[in-house]
Parts: sequence; structure tokens; C-alpha cells
Amino acid sequence: MAAVHFSDADFEEKVLKSPLPVLVDFFADWCGPCRLAAPIIDELAGVYAGKVTIGKLNVDENQQTAAGYGVMSIPTVIMFKGGKEAERKVGFAGKGGYEEMIKKVTG
Amino acid sequence: MAEARNVIVIGGASAGYTAAIYLARATLSPLVLAGENAGGQLMYTSEVENFPGFSKGIKGPELMAEMRAQAERFGAEIQNVNVTKIDFSGEIKKVWVGETEYSSRAVILALGAMGRMLLVGEEKFLGRGVSTCAVCDAAFFKDKTTFVVGGGDAAMEDALALVRFTNKVTLIHRKDELRASKIMQKRVLEDKKIPVLWGTEVIGVTGENKLEKIRIKDKDGEKELPADGLFLAIGHIPATDILKGQVELDNHEYLVTKMTAPRETNNQAIWLNDYPTQTSVSGVFGAGDMVDIRYRQAITAAGMGAMAALDAEKFLTGTTSSY
Repeated sequence: MAAVHFSDADFEEKVLKSPLPVLVDFFADWCGPCRLAAPIIDELAGVYAGKVTIGKLNVDENQQTAAGYGVMSIPTVIMFKGGKEAERKVGFAGKGGYEEMIKKVTG
Repeated sequence: MAEARNVIVIGGASAGYTAAIYLARATLSPLVLAGENAGGQLMYTSEVENFPGFSKGIKGPELMAEMRAQAERFGAEIQNVNVTKIDFSGEIKKVWVGETEYSSRAVILALGAMGRMLLVGEEKFLGRGVSTCAVCDAAFFKDKTTFVVGGGDAAMEDALALVRFTNKVTLIHRKDELRASKIMQKRVLEDKKIPVLWGTEVIGVTGENKLEKIRIKDKDGEKELPADGLFLAIGHIPATDILKGQVELDNHEYLVTKMTAPRETNNQAIWLNDYPTQTSVSGVFGAGDMVDIRYRQAITAAGMGAMAALDAEKFLTGTTSSY
């Protein structure tokens, strides 16, 4: 299962109001390390389906949300829980790094 | 129980992928443990203009994807996993990825190098004004005040990436001349929008939630400058941590090979009869930026990867098919 895509338009509804914790990968097409993160994010979306929603946000197309969270470096991956930022990792963190974020919210 | 392989390549970038292409074509079915950071430094660049065969240039990440596909086409098995432990003490070399153990008679080490940090407290502003990838992050600094630290090609590329988004780009270099290639130097030095602070070092950073000021020092003393962005391109350190105690490293922690640190006085004898890329351990070969104390180019890493593969093939089979 591939990760879902979020946008400025649906961010509040799908991320902030989500009953599940949501992991968001802020990325852009031109960014090399984002390409390293992409397949890992897709894989984790399948593994943790039903427990954590895992998705991506293209910072080029959704500058409002990216700027709102002060994203100045990509990839940046943020975990949202109950509409609030719980944790963020800046720069490519590897599968271990992202799984660690997920495990913290799934217990 | 260890999973036995003919040959294991650790590292997946110019050197490792090229070694894998050669080993796969020699029908040795290499296992490549490319690391989660597969692609290495070129994943943090945009256009590569000096890799032969691409007259119009090629994006760093695309070049890596092409090399990887080429190795896979001939049967290399490539995994983006980090090696967690090695044991080169016996004739059969052992390599672990977590609980999984692999073994082989020959190993090629090509783990590359990692970006150096200033270590003046800037780490806490990573992603909040401090960046090691201008190509990734330049767009977030539209019309902002930015500084690039470094004097090599990477620093030039960073400054040129930033100047597309803001006129406030300053290059900071601790020496009085650049070591970047002439063509890249020219592009930066001729760009009126990029002033250079020569003989200057960044000695501190300050800010509340994000970077606000940098502290610099030159021959006239110290001063603070307002800064929204600080981009680091101050060289690399070899990724040899996991090798400590297993193979010989030099004083700067580069992996030692017969070619880079010959013990015999007759260097030509090594080239003719021995294994130039062999490390201090028989059957363990080294290539690329973790070995290269001098050139550190994508093409020289690839070249050294080919040499290491030919050496490993000769070590395993007694012959080298490419001769």
C-alpha cells in the first residue's frame, strides 16, 4: 500500500482531525535524499496500516502547510498526534529512524 | 547460520555500484549491502557535469539510479540496508545486518564519506536555518540572507543554487583561495551577487527557535552577522567507523590499501603482481572516497570500484576475465 498524498486543502481534515496518529513526509521532486525516503515511507504505510496514517506532502504544491510548520529543509518528517506535532526528523533518517517515530505513538 | 555468498560489496554509490557491475558481469553474483543512504553524496547534488558519457550532464540521483540498474541487470542483488557488524578475522569474512549473517571469501568496502559539520553548535539548527543540502533546501530561502561555508565544488554549487532564489548569498572560506574546479570558481567569482569573505571562519551560531545570527572571525577580529540560512559544504570524513579494529585505517581514518599506502618499495610490483586495492586484510578490498585521500571524484570512485572488483575476481578465481 502506497502512502497517501496530503495537500493544503485537506491537511486539516485528514491530518489534524485524524483519529489516528499521522506521519507526514514533506518532500519535493528535485530533492535527492527525498527519493531515499519515498520507498521507505510507502513500505511503512503498508506495514502500519490501520494503526498510523502515513502520507506525503509535496512542499512545492503545498507551500502554505510547509511554511506553517516551518519546514526549511527536506525531507522533513513530522508525526502528528491529536492535531499537534509530536516529533519531527529533519534530513533523511533511514527506515530505523522513521519506525522509531511510529513505535513511539503506537506504544 | 551464515548465508554464504561469493563476494559482498558494502556501500552503494559510484564505487560500490561500479564494483557490482564488474563482479556481476564476471558471473560472481555479488550481494551489495548499499546502506540506507544508498547513492551517497551524489544524492545531495543536482547536475553532474564532469561524469564522462553524459554530454548534457546528469542529475546526481539519476546517475546513481542508472548505475544501480546496470548492476542489477547483470544479476547483482542490492539491498538498502546498513551493515551493523563485521568480522574479518578468519578466511571466511562475516558481515551482519542486524540478526542476519552473511559470509564470503572476498569483501569490497566502498562506504564513502559523510558531510563534515563545523561543530560550533550549528547541529541544533539543522532544518531550522542550517542545511547540508542547498540543492534540496534553497527554495525555502527566497529573498533571505544566506551564507555558504566552504571552498570546493560543493560550496560553489550551493552558492549558485541559492542565488537563483535570493540576492543575499555570501560565500565564507577560511583560506584565501578556492580549491573548487576552475569552471565552478569562475561562475561564483564572476557573479556580482555572491560576495566572498576570504580568510574567514564561522565560530558560532545563535537564535531562538531558528538560526538568527552567525559569529565569524577573520584577521581583524570577530563579529556577528544576521543570517537566515547557513549552508555547509566543508568537506567529508570517511565513513570508516564500523571498520575500526578490523582493518588498518590511517591517521585521518581513511581506509588503507596497498595502492594508497604501499609498504614495499617497488610500487610497480604491486600493480603487476599483487592487489593494489587490497586492505590490510587478505580478501578485503577498498574503493572510493573512504580510501581516496586525494581525488574524491565520482569518476575516480567508479574507477577504483572497477579495480577492486577485478582484484576480488582475481583473488577468488585466480584470473581476471577482463584482461
